[in-house]
Amino acid sequence: MSPTTATAFETARAEGRAALVGYLPAGYPSVEGSIEAITAMVDAGCDVIEVGLPYSDPVMDGPTIQAAAQAALEAGTRTKDVLRVVEAVAATGTPTVVMTYWNPVERYGVERFAADLAGAGGAGLITPDLTPDSGAEWIAAADTHGLDKVFLVAPSSTDERIAMTTAACRGFVYATAVMGVTGARTTTSDLAGPLVARAKATTDLPVCVGLGVSTGDQAAEVASYADGVIVGSAFVRTLLDHADDPAAGIAALRALTEDLAGGVRRA
Amino acid sequence: MTQQVSSFDADAQGYYGGTWGGRFMPEALVAALDELTAAWQDAMADPEFVADFEAICRDYAGTPSRLYHAERLSRQVGARILLKREDLNHTGAHKIRNVLGQALLTRRMGKQRVIAETGAGQHGVASATAAAYFGLDCTVYMGSVDTRRQALNVARMNLLGAKVVAVDSGSATLKDAINEALRDWVASVDHTAYLFGTAAGPHPFPSMVRDFTRGIGDEARAQCLEQYGALPDAIAACVGGGSNAIGLFTAFLDDEDVAIFGFEPGGDGVDTGRHAATIHAGASGVLHGARTYVLQDEDGQTVESHSISAGLDYPGVGPQHAHLAQTGRATYRPVTDTEAMDALALLARTEGIIPAIESAHAVAGAIEVARELAAEKGPDATVLINLSGRGDKDMGTATEWFRLGEPDDETGEPGDETGGPA
Repeated sequence: MSPTTATAFETARAEGRAALVGYLPAGYPSVEGSIEAITAMVDAGCDVIEVGLPYSDPVMDGPTIQAAAQAALEAGTRTKDVLRVVEAVAATGTPTVVMTYWNPVERYGVERFAADLAGAGGAGLITPDLTPDSGAEWIAAADTHGLDKVFLVAPSSTDERIAMTTAACRGFVYATAVMGVTGARTTTSDLAGPLVARAKATTDLPVCVGLGVSTGDQAAEVASYADGVIVGSAFVRTLLDHADDPAAGIAALRALTEDLAGGVRRA
Repeated sequence: MTQQVSSFDADAQGYYGGTWGGRFMPEALVAALDELTAAWQDAMADPEFVADFEAICRDYAGTPSRLYHAERLSRQVGARILLKREDLNHTGAHKIRNVLGQALLTRRMGKQRVIAETGAGQHGVASATAAAYFGLDCTVYMGSVDTRRQALNVARMNLLGAKVVAVDSGSATLKDAINEALRDWVASVDHTAYLFGTAAGPHPFPSMVRDFTRGIGDEARAQCLEQYGALPDAIAACVGGGSNAIGLFTAFLDDEDVAIFGFEPGGDGVDTGRHAATIHAGASGVLHGARTYVLQDEDGQTVESHSISAGLDYPGVGPQHAHLAQTGRATYRPVTDTEAMDALALLARTEGIIPAIESAHAVAGAIEVARELAAEKGPDATVLINLSGRGDKDMGTATEWFRLGEPDDETGEPGDETGGPA
């Protein structure tokens, strides 16, 4: 049985804390290197892992994730490599979802992707440019294979759209804390709290907050009102900053994870 | 609801033929796209807005553009060639129609800032122009490869008061400029309108851009009937994203006897892989918010496109063109860089008109079509070409391509041909 996000969120909830959700793109600095990096994040306290599928046109990503994704593509990372990373990470027992723009899934074949993701032990998919009203094919495939469907809600979403979106989600709901692309920010958003409250009013699913968190203190702040804290660019930045010394990069990744894991525990 | 424009309209969700188009966008932008959809539909149903748009196009941009019988070219080809002179519009291309419409809508929506992407710079210049006209702040995103090959247009945008941001990510061309503009918009959507430059992107952009450019075809159809008493046998336009093409095609979509041709940038030749012939050589996919034909690899990663024409150098295409291609209502063919440049030179020498390299693709393809039609119908066969823009901006490229400015005749010193002094 593949590890599920539901179990991870229940465990965190039983411990009276939010879950830490960590993101890295597959294939940066290499396929093996990304497995090693993500495994370090798992060891150091990530409860759920998001494996990014590098894409040529990532319109929701800021410069940090763009840079790593582009490097991963230039190094030849393929969709099948992403599934290999998922398989390796899921084997640690940590629930692993894929975050991907839509076209690579459509090209791979929606049903085939769902089958292969489930086969690799993946827990589901986060789809930043696919909303439920455009996602009938994915919803059907995810249902067939028991995969999480994680759609995004935004501060600009109407109450009607939040209700529609959370009703279509399985696993958890991804609340984008800011109006903007991915990237570490020095202050957390004052839009996130109200958005989480609006989402929680429509669903019993865990609601996680992403976009902008990079420190334990920010994680603690977000953990005070959200069920999960999603961190991406800060991890990627750490790897990019140690591009010439992978061992130091892994050590720094561990330290950052521990800081963030401490943050979600002191909320 | 908007009025039906042709039998090939999108449904309420923006899908053409149930498949093409749609809205594959981050949730953060959905509210803005819904707001834009409502504002556009409301505006198009408001006679005052429509009258304002027509007046600005007429008094400021110079429409209706003329329909011109290119007699010398016609004689050379052996069929009647009509040129819709969008190259004579203010700012030198059809793009001005679209931006004046979108900027007028922006003002109606109460937003103060516009952003735009640009490839060749024509849409950027048009956007900067409209922003100056309406007093709006304007930022234009342009791939850094394009800022170099279209430096004159960067200068024009600066002079018009727009900020030009060179985009280095990805392939640093039009698609990456769109990515960067979308990133700006996600963060600025409450006070910023995105003036999308072509009939692509998420719903409602393909239909809205069609509404603002369809005057080309409406005018051309009426002019053709008035001047020649009949519709043309065929109409032709170049297709990158496809705004000038859909602007021409729309009025003729339900005229079953009018053949419709779109000419895609064939670059070095479709079989070389260095081209931007999306419909001819792409596959169904999702790019920039719409399902359409996309140049992509087997993993769905967008493949870099190539064309001598920056304005056609785009790996996607407007979704209505995908629909028209699939239904067979329009025929899309590739035209290579060489064929386009030959047509550019031909039009310059026969008619004294230097077209944009984009439009030269339409001229090249249409000449072939005209010869085919003339073989069948004789010299009265009529092909109407949308001459979407003028070639001033392309003189650098043309100078290099044709080695212009070099001495024509290298006769050399007397005695050279005999091998020099004995």
